[in-house]
Amino acid sequence: MGGHHLSASQAVGSSMSGSGSTPDTTPKLLVRNAREFADRPALRHKDFGIWQTLTWREFSDLVMTFAIGLRKMGFMRGDTAAIIGDNRPKLYAAFAAVQSLGGIAVPIYQDSVADEMAYVLAHAEVRFAIVQDQEQVDKLIAVSEQLPKLERVIYEEERGLTAYDHTRLHALDTVLGLGRKELSVNPGAAGWWLDEIAQGKGSDVSVMLYTSGTTGRPKGVMLTHDNIVISARNGNAFDRFTPDDTLIAYLPMAWVGDHIFSYGQTLAGALCLACPEGPETVTEDRREIAPTYFFAPPRVFENMLTRIRVRMEDAGRVKKAMFDYFLKVADRCGEKILDGKPVSLKDRLLYRIGDVFVYGPLRNQIGLSRLRVGYTAGEAIGPELFRFYRALGINLKQLYGQTEASVYITLQPDGEVFADTVGKPGPDVEIKISDAGEVLYRSPGVFLKYFKNDEATNETKTPDGWVRTGDAGFLDSHGHLKIIDRAKDVGRLNNGALFSPKYLENRIKFYPEVREAVAFGHGRDYVTMFINIDLVSVGSWAERNNVSYASYQELAAHPRVYDIVAKRLDEINRSLAEEPQMAASQIQRFLILFKELDADDGEMTRTQKVRRSFIAERYAPLVKALYDGSGKASMSAEVTFEDGRKGTLSGEVRILDLKTYPAPAGVMREAAE
Amino acid sequence: MKADVNPKPVARSGPVVANGDVLLAVSNVSLSFGGVKAIRDVSLDIRKGEIRAIIGPNGAGKTSMLNVINGFYHPQQGTISFKGRERRAMRPYIAASQGIARTFQNVALFKGMSTLDNIMTGRTLKMRKGIIQQALYWGLSQREEIQHRRVVEEIIDFLEIQHIRKTPVGKLPYGLQKRVELGRALATEPELLLLDEPMAGMNLEEKQDMSRFILTVRDAFNTTIALIEHDIGVVMDLSDRVVVLDYGRKIADGTPAEVQANQAVIDAYLGIPH
Repeated sequence: MGGHHLSASQAVGSSMSGSGSTPDTTPKLLVRNAREFADRPALRHKDFGIWQTLTWREFSDLVMTFAIGLRKMGFMRGDTAAIIGDNRPKLYAAFAAVQSLGGIAVPIYQDSVADEMAYVLAHAEVRFAIVQDQEQVDKLIAVSEQLPKLERVIYEEERGLTAYDHTRLHALDTVLGLGRKELSVNPGAAGWWLDEIAQGKGSDVSVMLYTSGTTGRPKGVMLTHDNIVISARNGNAFDRFTPDDTLIAYLPMAWVGDHIFSYGQTLAGALCLACPEGPETVTEDRREIAPTYFFAPPRVFENMLTRIRVRMEDAGRVKKAMFDYFLKVADRCGEKILDGKPVSLKDRLLYRIGDVFVYGPLRNQIGLSRLRVGYTAGEAIGPELFRFYRALGINLKQLYGQTEASVYITLQPDGEVFADTVGKPGPDVEIKISDAGEVLYRSPGVFLKYFKNDEATNETKTPDGWVRTGDAGFLDSHGHLKIIDRAKDVGRLNNGALFSPKYLENRIKFYPEVREAVAFGHGRDYVTMFINIDLVSVGSWAERNNVSYASYQELAAHPRVYDIVAKRLDEINRSLAEEPQMAASQIQRFLILFKELDADDGEMTRTQKVRRSFIAERYAPLVKALYDGSGKASMSAEVTFEDGRKGTLSGEVRILDLKTYPAPAGVMREAAE
Repeated sequence: MKADVNPKPVARSGPVVANGDVLLAVSNVSLSFGGVKAIRDVSLDIRKGEIRAIIGPNGAGKTSMLNVINGFYHPQQGTISFKGRERRAMRPYIAASQGIARTFQNVALFKGMSTLDNIMTGRTLKMRKGIIQQALYWGLSQREEIQHRRVVEEIIDFLEIQHIRKTPVGKLPYGLQKRVELGRALATEPELLLLDEPMAGMNLEEKQDMSRFILTVRDAFNTTIALIEHDIGVVMDLSDRVVVLDYGRKIADGTPAEVQANQAVIDAYLGIPH
């Protein structure tokens, strides 16, 4: 597998490191920015309804004062400090202050319950906790007996805390006061602080991010300054960010994405970071700031679209007609225009008009009017959703990353954006696929180790620096990575071809008619599927088409519903045939279940993930029928009602065969190897 | 035990701030509407800095008592003294200008106005500029408005309602409307805050938030608070002293613990065979 090596220090990096060596730690970046971009905005924050700006010089002064205050309170090189709260300038300053003294920042998710926090605080041997408000202080007090090492708690917002015992509890303003006093009586204080920063090395650990694994206790991922600084610089170079770019910080600071984008890249490229007034005002604040760089998980984009749709329902007839018409135009040519591909003159003109009347105002409504680069990651994004935003002229792209990689593994370059891939290896990232289909990577962002957990480190990281992602995937013909499933869930068909249930299930679940799907195929000759229809969507279709039904069961068994699903699956088979690794996974038979899969019956997890093995066992007669060629099967299943009573549902289900398509020549053999 | 090493809050029980000075006293008040006696010869006092709860079954005369205190009702007998000055009856505008603010059982906001404007109305009595200057706006009036806006923004920040700053209050859920109403009362910078069922119809989380705000208002601004509340758990946790009314009579008065143990109170709430 070929890794891509792009030079990291283009654009921003090289133009800014004129004097002296390139900064290799985040505090050194801060000092450089305070020198070279002194009066440019570093942070904006909405306070009492008005946007306030901190310049790089002011931000650096804040960090210096904070750091000196912390030292006065006994914070030493190598100490760990927890940082807990919403995205606020003073908490970002806390990162830099702690790191400037050679300390390690340990951000913790602000919505964790006290016990989860206690585990991380104890494991990371935290001495100082810098928190936002009373809510966090109360949690720390509740678990204080488990935390003998926690010495001082510093809070930003005073509200409700004045009556608390302040022997170990301090207002952030008090700490800043200590720093200010020292700076006024000791003329050498500022120089001392710069010396402290100069002592820092790129190989020092800068931050520990706890990842909430699906099983077991969270692990502390140790990232060095090199990890953060180089990854941030590469990220900036990849999308050519300059000090004119603005981003908005609203995702948890304990999450690696925010740490790299909002903290690392802002420092590395002297970008401007905007902090919203509070978690509930993000949408409006985003509109006011109009970031040029924006990251959001798919659900945020989903919510935005839902809100647009709901508001369009209430709009007047003319507006609605315009919206519908121009969205069709955008759907036809918007993405091509974005990617710089040829488009007919008529469409180009129509798109221009649509931009003035519809797309522009829409982009403005959702706060993306100045957006240059938008990323989504975390989970698969529906192709429809993805295309909707791109058709509006929003440069939305996907990336694939991990905490252990300091985010970046693959990204989609401008003009090479596909809904079903996660892009090409980022700058300095190498990728390989193991024999079992697992994706491995090696990059300058690769973490040092898990804190106090060598066993987990050795399981994840090879001695020569490759890291297992735990995800199965492959590189397609364009050199783009496709993630198909968790590696442990990937199986093989009897002919040896890769079988990824989740990949197939997600494909069909993107259609509104399908709520859940369960794919079978591991250790079988071909792939089959259980389908759960979406009652809301199919129900409304039935209403519009005069299909009457008395129950979910009846609707699910309706021949026309079967036809709809069969048509959708046929579309999927057709596209699967074109993917060399997936051609063998075409769905050959399916049935529609007579009941909805439900967590109360143990068929789903509480987080709404299907439990495939449990379902296979429970519906064994149906699975058997899928593979013995029969046209129908019947069985009964016990169900639990909302009020806890149990009953039995029994039914007969039809099984339909689907057409499969021949793969392009040579593909089947290659995949089977 | 590491209790000494780690931060601990000061215990909250008991009248922490109340220093014994009586802020408001109601003496031998009786109020009737025609033949219906709403309040019969009730005396009670509210001390500076305390949280004083008024409880009682439905129709006990709690809201009537609040209305007497802020001058909405005029009692037939008895006197009210506020900050040492005795009156036969209060008048609402005197009450407001002297530092008594209140919220209502059924939220009484301007539904079509935004949260910001509603809270701004709480500043009306603090506006010093005359109608002509206000009409001209620029200059002194503008400067005054900016000052008031700052106070209002601080209240918005304090009550964590930034996200609804510009939303018409009629569109807000009930719990938030209650919060806006509290904000408007706070905007008058009251010495005595009367809250009529501040937590009615709220879920647990909203109740917790509201309790936090009430405690903080008392602690941070040293505002005296009198509240009517049906959630007995909340009353017992929040208040320093509780007075219990039943059929317009005072049947008990004391600390939450004393009131809880009082047989007359238990009878009034659970009923006794007649």
